Amino acid sequence: MLLSALLTGLVLGGTYALIAMGLTLQYGVARIMNLAYGDFMIAAAFGAFVLFTSLGINPLLGMIAVIPAGFALSYAIYGVMLQPLARRAKHSGRLEVDSILATFGLLFVIQGVALVIFGANFVSYSYLAIPINILGTTLAANRVLALVLALALGAGLYYALTHTRWGTAIRAVAVSPQAAPLVGIDVDRVSRFAFALGGALAASGGVVVSMYLTFSATAGVVFTMKALVVVIMGGVGNLLGALAAGLILGIVETLVATYIDTGLTLAATYLIFLAILVFRPSGLFGRRPS
Amino acid sequence: MTRALWLALVIAAVAVAVLAYMPSQLGPYPLGLMIGIMSYVVLATAWAMFSGPTRYISLATVAFFGLGAYTVAVLGDYLPYPLVLACAGLVGLVVALIVGVFTLRLAGVYFVVFTFGLTELIRQVVTWYEVNVTRTLGRYIFLDITTEQIYWQLLGLAVITIGIAFWVRRSRIGLALRVIGDDEVVAAHSGINIPATKIALFGVSSMIMALAGAIQSPRWTYIEPSIVFNPTISFLTVIMALLGGANRLWGPLLGAVPLFLLFEWLSAHFPNHYSIILGLLFIAIVFALPNGVLAFGEGLWQRLRRREAHS
Repeated sequence: MLLSALLTGLVLGGTYALIAMGLTLQYGVARIMNLAYGDFMIAAAFGAFVLFTSLGINPLLGMIAVIPAGFALSYAIYGVMLQPLARRAKHSGRLEVDSILATFGLLFVIQGVALVIFGANFVSYSYLAIPINILGTTLAANRVLALVLALALGAGLYYALTHTRWGTAIRAVAVSPQAAPLVGIDVDRVSRFAFALGGALAASGGVVVSMYLTFSATAGVVFTMKALVVVIMGGVGNLLGALAAGLILGIVETLVATYIDTGLTLAATYLIFLAILVFRPSGLFGRRPS
Repeated sequence: MTRALWLALVIAAVAVAVLAYMPSQLGPYPLGLMIGIMSYVVLATAWAMFSGPTRYISLATVAFFGLGAYTVAVLGDYLPYPLVLACAGLVGLVVALIVGVFTLRLAGVYFVVFTFGLTELIRQVVTWYEVNVTRTLGRYIFLDITTEQIYWQLLGLAVITIGIAFWVRRSRIGLALRVIGDDEVVAAHSGINIPATKIALFGVSSMIMALAGAIQSPRWTYIEPSIVFNPTISFLTVIMALLGGANRLWGPLLGAVPLFLLFEWLSAHFPNHYSIILGLLFIAIVFALPNGVLAFGEGLWQRLRRREAHS
């Protein structure tokens, strides 16, 4: 029981880590607090759902279509909606307020479109629902695949950010948007790219979620919330922090669901969040503000 | 008091008297509309009282609204009505103080994130409690309160809310709040107790929201978490306050009246596309009127006068 709970928690945590990485890119680099993030994810999950149920395309292949779509859509949204706000803002506080409000509106637009097309019901599809035996407990193959995918995408992103030229540019903007132009970095372009990359990660997270969870048009809020908690827990802009925090959150939630009650998982998330706010507001691995 | 203030008070008293007299002239449907407008005037004014000057955006209006309504549903049969209302306000205040103590000491973004999920959290916890402990999901409210009485109570609450907002703007705490919103470092150096000021005002604003929910709850007769914790209410409150201008006393009222009527019309004619239109409208307001209609109008007026002075 404990081992199976831990494994399930690890799968869930891997997904949380994946989506939190995208959000930490958007918030840490582009300085956009995206409240519509979870709804982006759900849109991608519906995309994978449609591809699978009506065209019979499996979600792994579906990803090849959905992830670039997520990237392109986020790129366009940043250019049309958020870049003007970023240019208008005289200081970062103003941008924060404006971006929160604008993406809050966007949340209702995306959710509304999803409700019109798919209705309010929970949906899921059955892909690779074959039991696999791991260390004496069984786990559905789609969950194992979800974990592998989350880890592969996360590791790939981490490698790209730490070992390539544009990855270095992104990290430079995350550390100091004021100083980055001094070394010839176009902050506008990098921000836009980072926001779009975050959108691509949201899309991949959505596809991963659709493989093993049921979801509905209004489920985005909870995912945004959890991703935000993981981002704050790991420290804003910290990818490895997001990975660790995501895994912790996934395991804690599954343990609460297994041993206490499924209805209290969000309460558990909030308890962790409160503890972080009280003891380590700069994140588990963040430095204390001087 | 100055003469202008006396005049304003007389006009306000006449307006309230006219509004209080209206139910006898209206049918049930217009009265329902008036109740909706009153409710959003209260919510938007209470929201702007805290979020306007501090720029701490609260996305949890309906969490307090719903808690107020639920308190009435739970206690309505056991306590006299005024006491029930007092309890509802108290519940809102206590929850706001807990949230405030944890989040308002930190940067604004933690507060936003916390309030963003707070409604969902309270909804899930109430659902869990009802299913597992009381074993009944959904409650009935049978209170002997007429629609007119609900309207008068809301009108009273609106007058009190605007009165508090007026007083806060002119008092030391309002000035402190504006300094905090402009620059926290300056505020700290002028000896303002930042967390206490923010928490106090957030508490008052949340208490008013809880009362608004409590007063309206007898209209529903049957309530359950998914009805009273409807996130659209939080959304509407923010958009109304922003449209009118969250930094003006009359801004939220000015935003609430036309937008409520517009939403009423939209939900009747476009029930399925309602939230898409709302979202687009919201984005448009953030873009075109970041400081609200009143500030926009004042800016326009000043520009016109300057041009006249030049010519």
